[in-house]
Amino acid sequence: MWQRAIGFTGGFVLDMVEVSGGLFLLIGRILKQSRMLMRDRKLLLEQMLLIGVNSLPLVFVIAIFTGAVSAWQAAYQFEGKISLSLLGSAVSTAIFIELGPVLTAIILAGRVGASIAAELGTMKVTEQIDALESLAINPVRYLAMPRFFAAMAMTPILTIFADFIAIFGSYLVSYVLLDLTTHMFFDSVQEAFTLRSVFGGLLKAFVFGAIISAVGCYIGFRTMGGAEGVGRATIQAFVLSSTLILMNDYILATIVF
Amino acid sequence: MIEIRNLKKSFNGKAVLRNIDLDIPKSQSHIIIGRSGSGKSVLLKHIIGLIRPEGGQIFVDGEEICGLSNHDLYRVRRKFGMLFQGAALFDSMTVEANIALGVREHRMFSESEIKKLVAERLEMVGLPGIQNMRPAELSGGMKKRVGLARALMMNPEFVLFDEPTTGLDPIMADAINDLIIYCTKQLRVTSIVVTHDMVSAYKVGDLISMLHDGEMIFTGTPDEVRHTTNPVVKQFVEGKAEGPLQIY
Repeated sequence: MWQRAIGFTGGFVLDMVEVSGGLFLLIGRILKQSRMLMRDRKLLLEQMLLIGVNSLPLVFVIAIFTGAVSAWQAAYQFEGKISLSLLGSAVSTAIFIELGPVLTAIILAGRVGASIAAELGTMKVTEQIDALESLAINPVRYLAMPRFFAAMAMTPILTIFADFIAIFGSYLVSYVLLDLTTHMFFDSVQEAFTLRSVFGGLLKAFVFGAIISAVGCYIGFRTMGGAEGVGRATIQAFVLSSTLILMNDYILATIVF
Repeated sequence: MIEIRNLKKSFNGKAVLRNIDLDIPKSQSHIIIGRSGSGKSVLLKHIIGLIRPEGGQIFVDGEEICGLSNHDLYRVRRKFGMLFQGAALFDSMTVEANIALGVREHRMFSESEIKKLVAERLEMVGLPGIQNMRPAELSGGMKKRVGLARALMMNPEFVLFDEPTTGLDPIMADAINDLIIYCTKQLRVTSIVVTHDMVSAYKVGDLISMLHDGEMIFTGTPDEVRHTTNPVVKQFVEGKAEGPLQIY
């Protein structure tokens, strides 16, 4: 029994070491190709459109409901203890430093990271990546680099968008259901507003963008085994990037705040 | 010329290529036959540097490629074109973008020259005017011919064909065979064809080698293959179930 447990733990640790090593190697190879970024700006813009602009509707829906529920639950916790006039401060700080960047990143891990893994995984199992190599085109430069930089650029932008939509959602709940005036709510938001909260949140978003795209590309490039392998790669990309997002969220929070 | 010396490769401890030695002369059609899973495609991918060997050497025009850096390997690869088994066309691109990708990325020609060249290559493979179609709209034979047009776009010295006739009807298979002959005789490229289709091997091959259990057990002209006394080669080319080759 204990031998199995040791074997399982050892296997898990070895897998983690292999994945971490592979991820760092891939990021190194992407950064090495970054001198070609200007030349490949068309590929970069295409990816920014796919990753960023096309994610706006989903980010909008999730952000507005997150903001709304945050306001409602904060009001529930404040009941009889803290004045509701502080609701805007509490909710907006939580949104800027935590909910905005983390929820946006988790949405993108599902929508973008899994889709990158599925797309590159399909290209791998149908020999399209070998075909690129046969044309003397480096797949890291052509496929991974634009996705990596596009995700790093678009995740903070989507996070700013999510922050404002979520605050709007919490304002709607405060105004319509909790009888707070517009003035009272936004005065409270303004009181707690610091550039440190906003930029701390954006730093997190920047790192999360790198994680999402690097994991998607890494898992996609090592996909094997036909349609089943592509399905597995999609799940692995989501699970691994979500885990890394939450781990790095903690690390960055202890450093920045 | 391509020279392969003592090439070795294994996957998960199973030897796929054992001490392969092979010379592929210029401007000829060299066919590599063998059963499914015998390592033919793995050998082809070693020749273009898509797989690195565990031992041995491959010389392309006298330059050893197994020890090259990625940068130098990309330089050598520009001498090659490859037609993949499933054509490996890029789903997200039109036929024109597929064929032109290599020359566009390497900035070999102007846009107007590229459009003219794509039209010429499509005409050559018998598919004029399909530039704007998508791979999903093409039949298996059309995909292979578009794949060949893409492989020929950078004017390669060597073209590698991985099972070019597999999955095609006999008429389309013969059309592909004629294109391989055209590449070798008219364009003077060196064709290396991996196949288990003996009709194709006899028709297009100047030399035929057989790979069995990771070893190159025979090399000869099509006539020598027809009259071989080697029981393994004989059983394979005659397509008989009974003999030294076991069914697995």
